[in-house]
Amino acid sequence: MNEIPGDLKFMKSHEWARVEDDGTVTIGISDHAQGLLGDLVYVELPNVGDTLEVGAGCAVVESVKAASDVYAPVAGEVIKVNSALSDKPETINEDAYGDGWIVVVRPSNLQEDMENLLDPDAYAEQLDNEDD
Amino acid sequence: MSKQTVLNATHRALGAKMVDFGGWDMPISYGSQIEEHHAVRRDAGMFDVSHMTVVDLEGERVRDFLRQLVANSVDKLKTPGKALYTCMLNADGGVIDDLIIYSRADGAFRLVVNAATRDKDLAWIGREAAPFAVQVRERPELSIIAVQGPNARAKVQGLLSPELAAKAAKIGKFVACEGDGLFIGRTGYTGEDGYEIIVPQEQAVEFWNRLQAAGVTPAGLGARDTLRLEAGMNLYGQDMDETVSPYEAALAWTVALDEGRDFTGRSALEQQKAAGVPRTMIGLVMDEKGVLRHGQRVVTANGDGEILSGTFSPTLGKAIAFARVPAGDPGAVQVDIRGKLVPVRVVSFPFVRDGKACDGV
Repeated sequence: MNEIPGDLKFMKSHEWARVEDDGTVTIGISDHAQGLLGDLVYVELPNVGDTLEVGAGCAVVESVKAASDVYAPVAGEVIKVNSALSDKPETINEDAYGDGWIVVVRPSNLQEDMENLLDPDAYAEQLDNEDD
Repeated sequence: MSKQTVLNATHRALGAKMVDFGGWDMPISYGSQIEEHHAVRRDAGMFDVSHMTVVDLEGERVRDFLRQLVANSVDKLKTPGKALYTCMLNADGGVIDDLIIYSRADGAFRLVVNAATRDKDLAWIGREAAPFAVQVRERPELSIIAVQGPNARAKVQGLLSPELAAKAAKIGKFVACEGDGLFIGRTGYTGEDGYEIIVPQEQAVEFWNRLQAAGVTPAGLGARDTLRLEAGMNLYGQDMDETVSPYEAALAWTVALDEGRDFTGRSALEQQKAAGVPRTMIGLVMDEKGVLRHGQRVVTANGDGEILSGTFSPTLGKAIAFARVPAGDPGAVQVDIRGKLVPVRVVSFPFVRDGKACDGV
């Protein structure tokens, strides 16, 4: 079981969000999610400048087995996408909480959106329940 | 409660991710599905396919029975050990299942049919066999391990008695031999050389462990699916079913319209052939990034079709698929992926054979 970094917050649907020092938010999918999907072979990224709403699809990750939507944990404008993933989608399998980040947004409703997310303990508890 | 093969605990001990497949609890992968795929293409991998159903047929008129039961001709099986891939059709020419028939000594035959269709297959075969007084015996006490890859045969032979190893080394493709309680067919579902080995279930775990010790990589149903699609092989239920004739599933090569053999579905196939087969199955390759998936809409010059089997091909590094589309020259073909029309190329298949991309793919 991989350690879940303490500075992340999670959606039930396995996306993570991290508030950076400059106030932007980095978004990815959890290590648990990449494990469920298996070997990733394609990531469809949004465009820089796209506006995201909470819970709306912001990317698609595809493994050999299945395609899965990535939902935005916070609202805001996309200011950076991890274009390295288009050649190396497996980076998400290798480092879901680090080099496998997907997008960075400039949040429009940061405090409220973050409060609605799960902290690492609550997310870990959800995973335990899923395993039952 | 899903059914388990005798290797279930072995898979779990190896850390396999398990899924339901046709009512069976089966390993989809043990780690990286793509690495398992490459292990089969480059070296040797093994699959527990004990969920598949082995059926033995005996009786004086068993050959006559098989002449009626299946669309390919068992008269091609002239010597014991020879194997035949065929479809079993209903009266409308729809595919009830695809299967392999092995001829055995003393005029007996062995069928291997799909797991998901077991119940209806056994019911159909039993009913059709009755007038021929053929004895139909399912063999649930047998396990099947497929060992596939360029080094598969050598690794298996190293574990057999000298006599059986010599026999197994000699058999040609699509031929089986037997000995020491093992049934060894040089068949498979990956596009690589190798064996499918039917082994008494009380010996299966030990045999699996010996294969692993000999350097054969355990591989799950995930890799099996990408390997068979690269090899241009159909999956029952996805690429064909009872609403589809062999002609619409790129299986014309398995239909023998030999003279005087009135197999079930023959007249329907002849009518379809005379009237023109309305749909055809084609191979697709997508050069753009992304993955082709079952159910996606396929746009052709003659109207829409759909993706049957679609996946990411680990050998080619791009998406491949089978699609069923209206007959005729499809022109420039596009696939609807999440609302975006993406161009694809129509190619002949197999896509990959013996470890390499086929010409034109």
